[in-house]
Order: sequence, then structure tokens, then C-alpha cells
Amino acid sequence: MTAMSADPYAAPMSGMAHGNMTTVGRVDHDANGFDPSAMLTDWDTGTTELLPDGRTLRTFEVTAIDREIEIAPGIFFPAWTFNGRVPGPALRAKEGEWLKIIFRNYGSHPHSMHFHGIHSARMDGVPGAGLIGPGEEFIYEFDAKPFGCHRYHCHALPLKRHMHKGMYGLFVIDPDPARQSDPALSAVAASRVLGSPENANWQELAMVMNAFDTNFDGGNEVYAVNTVGQAYMNVPIRIDKTRPVRVYLVNVTEFDPINSFHLHANFFDYYDTGTQLTPTLRTVDLIMQCQAQRGILEFSFADHEDGMYMFHAHQSEFTELGWVGMFDVRGPGA
Amino acid sequence: MSDQSQPTRPTAIRLLLVLLPLAAILGSFVWIASLDPLRSFNNGAPPVESLTVERTVLDQTGIQILVRAGGSEAMQIAQVAVDDAYWTFTQNPPGPIARGSAVWVQIPYPWVLGEAHHVALVSNTGTVFGHEIAVAVQTPKATAGQFRMQALVGALVGLLPVALGLMFYPAMRGFGTTGMNFVLALTVGMLAFLLLDMLGEATELAAEAAAMFQGSAMVWLSALASFLLLMAIGRWRGRPEGLALAFYIALGIGLHNFGEGLAIGGAFAAGAAGLGTFLVLGFALHNVTEGIGIAAPMLRIRPPLWSFAALTLLAGGPAVLGIWVGSLAYAPQWSALALAVGAGAILQVMVEVTAYLQRQNIDRQAIMFSPAVLGGFLGGIAFMYVTAALIKV
Repeated sequence: MTAMSADPYAAPMSGMAHGNMTTVGRVDHDANGFDPSAMLTDWDTGTTELLPDGRTLRTFEVTAIDREIEIAPGIFFPAWTFNGRVPGPALRAKEGEWLKIIFRNYGSHPHSMHFHGIHSARMDGVPGAGLIGPGEEFIYEFDAKPFGCHRYHCHALPLKRHMHKGMYGLFVIDPDPARQSDPALSAVAASRVLGSPENANWQELAMVMNAFDTNFDGGNEVYAVNTVGQAYMNVPIRIDKTRPVRVYLVNVTEFDPINSFHLHANFFDYYDTGTQLTPTLRTVDLIMQCQAQRGILEFSFADHEDGMYMFHAHQSEFTELGWVGMFDVRGPGA
Repeated sequence: MSDQSQPTRPTAIRLLLVLLPLAAILGSFVWIASLDPLRSFNNGAPPVESLTVERTVLDQTGIQILVRAGGSEAMQIAQVAVDDAYWTFTQNPPGPIARGSAVWVQIPYPWVLGEAHHVALVSNTGTVFGHEIAVAVQTPKATAGQFRMQALVGALVGLLPVALGLMFYPAMRGFGTTGMNFVLALTVGMLAFLLLDMLGEATELAAEAAAMFQGSAMVWLSALASFLLLMAIGRWRGRPEGLALAFYIALGIGLHNFGEGLAIGGAFAAGAAGLGTFLVLGFALHNVTEGIGIAAPMLRIRPPLWSFAALTLLAGGPAVLGIWVGSLAYAPQWSALALAVGAGAILQVMVEVTAYLQRQNIDRQAIMFSPAVLGGFLGGIAFMYVTAALIKV
């Protein structure tokens, strides 16, 4: 069969660059009702009022809705959502506030909001404690503590199904600088308080590493940050290189035990769970998070050339199934 | 049923009696389509989806697959992943794929020679259809050089063994009745093995085909149809024997060798061959009995010399054709159909050779269980089974 002998070390086939590793087409973000680019900086701070004792009461309203969403171009997924988006709203409060979350279930199944934070058993969002049926309402109330980068998710059973159908979101509690005795730490805390002068210089990004099992076989077909595979390849994230970057990162991926974040051509400090003001890891270019783990990444491109800097999971499979993006790093005017 | 005769009706009335039910059928179809009386069964479940990959072509431009849709509605391929990586692709013709139609999907993927790849087609509902490429090799191109090489293989596994088997003809002419009974029974045994082998292959292939081809029914019914048609043709002017029976056997064996050729060609296309000298020798040995079988009904006549060449071509030549067709990456349902037709032809010659064997003997019933006939039959099966072990990989 000499006629079909071929050189196994022949040059790669022409016209097949690695740029071909991509999804085909674009997701209709308008039809979805949410845009991954806008989600990066879309914090839900609720409404506030002063309580008689001087504390701040912060109120959020969250609604569970069934909704079909486009998770990669042309692929539709029958999601269960908080407020019609996946991930759900990125709730943000400040340490020491009294929180009130008005949760309404307009979905077709029982749902709840289970917060990773400190609260009473009655407010835990498990069966018998804030798990409500379709058409019902429940109000979760607790102190905003501890400060850090947290998450909430539906804790109805079966948990796997309720999780991977889209019921999760970021829950960030900013530290109160007044509670820090060390001035250095107090300054760090101040830089984390959304809306403070110290915070204004930071470019803060909300990133939820998630994935979708579109054929319900217990393995994911599409991986992403903020739901849409390859979204930040198609529309890179604009970074002003003169200002530092802070990423609030949470891993909500089901089925795969761990996910990871790798930054190209740069290193970062990592604050696991964000509950400390000193880094857990200094000068790393990759961190991994197990299911439900989260943390804060801080880095700067100040000394870098302008250019496209990639970030992705370093599980190559996740990368190639959508979890990959680009930082478009330039000066403020460029 | 009584046998009273029907009163003859005028032509117009008879026409009306046919048109009336036809009109009723048409009317009810229009009614069902327009009113959708089964609407209340719509429970919100997604449509049933089915995609079958029928051909795979690997070349310098990447991977091309022919995909047939068989869902309850038109289907859309939203994304394509190769080895768990989403990859660009073009679909021709583009757009939703109607039930029953097929499209080519071209993926510019740098496949790796000799390694396995997995193609996943993701529909708009997120359903995934996987297709395994077990060993990636360039799909043979329809070039003159390629055809020549494949013709050589075909000649080695098809023509040569039949010719070798026919060379026993002069020796067999000296056989008495017992010897001839043995050779004829040997032929039937060999054919029985081929029949089971072909039906097995055909149903296996049919299972890979899209559901709408109804693989199993297609195989059995086309085998039955081919058997009945060949029986009718064969008995058009009396019972076939002598040279005519030899030609029928050659035809049946030819169809079998066509199927064998398809399998070898398919193995080329799938990268599984590896068709070593050992395998070619196995095929040759396995098929030598075919020549003996063809010669068996001609022992009492003096066939012209050209008929030996013609019989060899008819029985062995289709192996060459089969390899050509098979190497171009065929759709499984057509191979299954070819094998089923061949199985019908084999059954026909089994019947005719058995009938011929009985006519050669006075006691037609007792002869069937004589040591020569039973021994020949079982010997034929055993020989085929043992030699087949050489070629089943």
C-alpha cells in the first residue's frame, strides 16, 4: 500500500492557523438581555436607608425567572436565572451594614438564595429556611460579614441541577476601613470600598467562571467567564494601563472539581476569599479554585507595552471550549 | 370466501370507487396539516434530533463530513468542536438541515496522521452528536495510480483465488457420484457461511445508517426480493444446471466479493489498513473454495474455455469494484443494500445447487444425510470458518 504513504512529519496543513480555534458567529446579547462586557462592571448595590441606630440598611430585590439564554453562538440553554441573567446580579455591600434581600420565585421550581456569609440558620436558604415554591416570597436578613469576595446560589435540591442551570452570583462585602487599626491596612481597605476616592483609580471587574452542560450528561459543553463562551475574545476587555486592575473571581463550574485563572505575560497578588487585606499568594500567574472557591486578584500593566494580553483557564480543555479572553491594554488616551 | 362472480360495473363507477378513497386520504391529510389536532400533545419538550455522519474525508484542507439530519424538525448545527475545542467550520448548503437531507461540514482542523480525533456537532438546543475518527489518514483520492494499486489488491483477493479454485476442475471431472455429491455439498456449505457472514455484515452496517433508512427492514426485505427475483429469472426456462448454474453461483459469489471489496476499501478510507501480506493471503485462501464451488455443477458437461475466464471475472471482478467504491468513503446504507442483495443471490444458488444435487441421485431424500453430502456441507462451513479467522481483524 505504498501509494498512500505519507510523511508523518510533513509541514502543517496550509490555511489552518490556530486562529481557527473559535466558535462561529456572535451571540445576540440584546435578545439575552445581558452583555458579558457590561456585566464586568455592573454591580448591584441595591437601595440604602439609615436605621434609627445609625447603621445602614441595604435592600436588594432578586427574582427567580426561567429563561432560555444563548450561551455560545447559536446554542440555546434553558436556564434558571436570578433577575433574568446568568450569572445573577453581582450584589455589593459594605461590612457592618444590615442586609435585606427580598427574593421572589417566579420560576417553575422551588428555589432559594443561599449566601456564603455569616448568618442565622433561619436565613440559610436550605429546605425549611428560605427555600420557597413558585409564586412565593422570602426576605433574607443578616449582617454584612465577613468582608470579602463571596457568592450566593440556589440551594434547592438536587443541588447540581439548580447550580448548573444558572442560579449563582457574586456577593461582595467591602471592608470598613474604620475597623482597621493599622493605617496601611486601613488604606488597603479604603481602596476596596466601592465609590470611595481611594477606589476610584481601580479598574474592578466581576468575573464568574461558569460552564453549561447543554446535553445534561454530567459534563460541560461550554465553558466561560460570565456565561458566554469566547465573549472576551470577540470583544476584548479594555484596560487602561495607568490604573491598577482588581478582579473579583468566583468559580461556580459544576461537574469539574477545579477551575483556574491564568494571566499571560504578567503576575498578580491573590487574596483567597478576600477576607484578609494582605495577599494569600504574592506574584503568581496562575491560581486554581475548587467549586465555590473565590478570591481577589490584583495586578497592573503599568510597565507593559500596549497590546492584547490573554487570560484563560489553564485546563486546556476549558480554554478550547470557550473559557478564554483578552485584555486590550493601552494608555488612557490611546 | 364464496366464488360467486362479481357483476361487472361501468368503467366510470369503477374509477369513482378508486377516486373516492383517494380523495378521502388527501382530504384527511389536509385536515391534519391545517388544524393540527395533536396540538394538545405538545408538552413543551424540545424536538427529537438526530444527526448521522455518513462519510468522512480527511485531506489537506482539514476534515470534511457528510451529515444527514433525521429529526422531527429541521435541525441546526450551531457549533463544531474537534477534540474538545470549538473550531471554525463551513456548512454547505448552509442553514437549517431539513429531515432526510444531508450537508457537508468542512472543518479546517490540522488533524494528525495516525492519531484519533473526535468531532462533536452541537445543535442549537445544545444536543451533542459525536463522531469518532479512529485513525486519521488522508482519504484516498480517485487517481489513476490509486485505482491501479487497489485493482491489484482486488485481483489478489478476488480474481486469483477463484481462478485457482477453478483449476481443480480437470481433477474433479474424474469424480464419481459420491465425489460429486461431496463437492456440491461442500459448495452449499461454503455458501451457507457466506450467507450468514453477509447478513451479519449488512445488519451491522445498516445499524450505523440514519434511522429513516430502517436498516434492518431494508436488509431483510432487499435480500428476500433479490432471492425471489433471481429464483424467478433462473427458473424462467426450467431449472438451472450445468453452465447456467455455474454462472448463477459466480454471480452470487461476485456480489459477496463486492461486499468484501467494500469492507477492504472502507478499511483503507478509515485508516485501518494495515492490509498486510498475511491478510491478503488469508483472503486468497478463504476464497479458493469459491472457484471449486463454481466448477461443481459443470462436472458432467464440457464447458467452452472462454466460460472459465468469464466465470472468474464475474465472481472475482466485483472485489476490485468494491474496493474502488469503498475507499472513496461510502455511506453505510448503500453498502448494507449491496450486501443484502448479495445475500439473496447466495440463497438462490444454495437452493439451486441443492436441487441439482438431489436430481443427480435416485433417492432424493436419503442422499441429503449420506456421509458424502453431510460431510461435504459441514466441511465447507468448517473450512470457511477457519480460514475466515485469518481475515477477521
